[in-house]
Amino acid sequence: MRPLFTLLGRELALGWGRGGGPLPALAFYAAITVLLPLAAGPDTSRLAPVATGVAWMALALASLLSLERLFERDFEDGGLDLLMTGPMALELVCAVKCLAQWITTAGPLALAAPVAAVMLGAPLGSAPTILACALAGGLAFVFVGGIGAALALGARRGGLLVAAIVLPLFSPPVIFGGAALYADQLGSGAGGGLLLLLGWTAGAVALSPLAMAAACRNAVQ
Amino acid sequence: MVSFLTNPRSFMAFSRIAAPVLGVATACAFALGLYRTFTVPEDALHGDTVRMMFIHVPAAWLAMFSYACLGVASLLNLVFRQALADLAARACAPLGAAFTGLALVTGSLWGRPTWGTWWEWDGRMTSVLILFLLWLAYIALRAAIDDEARAARAGAILALVGMVNLPIIHFSVYWWNSLHQGSSTLGAAKGDGLPPVYGATLGIMGLAYLGLFGALWLTRIRTEVRLRRLRAAALRAAED
Repeated sequence: MRPLFTLLGRELALGWGRGGGPLPALAFYAAITVLLPLAAGPDTSRLAPVATGVAWMALALASLLSLERLFERDFEDGGLDLLMTGPMALELVCAVKCLAQWITTAGPLALAAPVAAVMLGAPLGSAPTILACALAGGLAFVFVGGIGAALALGARRGGLLVAAIVLPLFSPPVIFGGAALYADQLGSGAGGGLLLLLGWTAGAVALSPLAMAAACRNAVQ
Repeated sequence: MVSFLTNPRSFMAFSRIAAPVLGVATACAFALGLYRTFTVPEDALHGDTVRMMFIHVPAAWLAMFSYACLGVASLLNLVFRQALADLAARACAPLGAAFTGLALVTGSLWGRPTWGTWWEWDGRMTSVLILFLLWLAYIALRAAIDDEARAARAGAILALVGMVNLPIIHFSVYWWNSLHQGSSTLGAAKGDGLPPVYGATLGIMGLAYLGLFGALWLTRIRTEVRLRRLRAAALRAAED
């Protein structure tokens, strides 16, 4: 277990300290939130129906933003080769990296999501559901997004490529979370959608490290 | 049985005969299918627009079928390191994207007169659109990696990850409340199936689309094999 915690500590330190930590993603998230009323008009009656949906969609986009650097730096400075020869399976290394990314970036974003939704006119009562969706969905976004980040290693125009690969794969969790938020808005209980989202997240956490590790091996060889 | 196809030389010998034969058969099937498409009686409910079905439904079938082909080819390349399987996956991608795009466009054209809308965000249409995006992602990923073998394996991983999407397409009709009607062919409720005159035409058109995909795929794989031989020859020439 020791190497695992050492790696987690390193990833957390890098994720928190390097490049402003979660700040760029948070700033991006805030900017998208501001752009919606600017584009659609400040009228609350028009903003409120889509408030939770936009906050949720913007979260998916914002968690995409910092994915590129998930493996990129380790790939460039040779750290990835070292990690591959280390005592831990590469699958586990990838999972730990994603976990650290979730804690350092998706966590603060999840805290910002209810604020953004309420600012756009969502009722205060919807905040717990949004937070739950953002926490669970953030985990799914990081793990699925990690596949895209690993596949794009060594490719030209990596950032754009990650978005093109990953966004279609985000659709099931976005649908499930959206269903939960919509049901919550109607007052019929968010439980069903939330459970589907959690189930999908569990599947993603279990399976995507295999794809990430395969993609990393392919890139390093 | 298929093992002789893994050798490029025997594949070239096989496809040299198979591709044109399949092409001619496809042309015959299209001639018959299109003739029937325009001569079957009008539907009591849909009127003339029922003819769109024979164009649209086979395209949607092929959209999914070609992705399954991509998945199998990717698996063969990833697990068994079959070089020819990668060429097949590469050749498959633009074809699959074209069939998926065709299904979307014809579906939209058919939706206008029957549903009164060009586009509706229902489950099946949305997931076919996502399938189209997956094709684009696959093509973009392959184009962005210069190293041929590396691009092949990265593409194969992405294709297999995307395979998760195929069952979602199939079950989306039942998952989401949907404007899109349920299946009228296999697994249709009793009394809800197609009348035989439509079913036969749809079957012929389905075979025609399948043959078209097969013939084009074989031809494209042949082109890929030749391209690779050309590149190898150029390398040898440069070394001398």
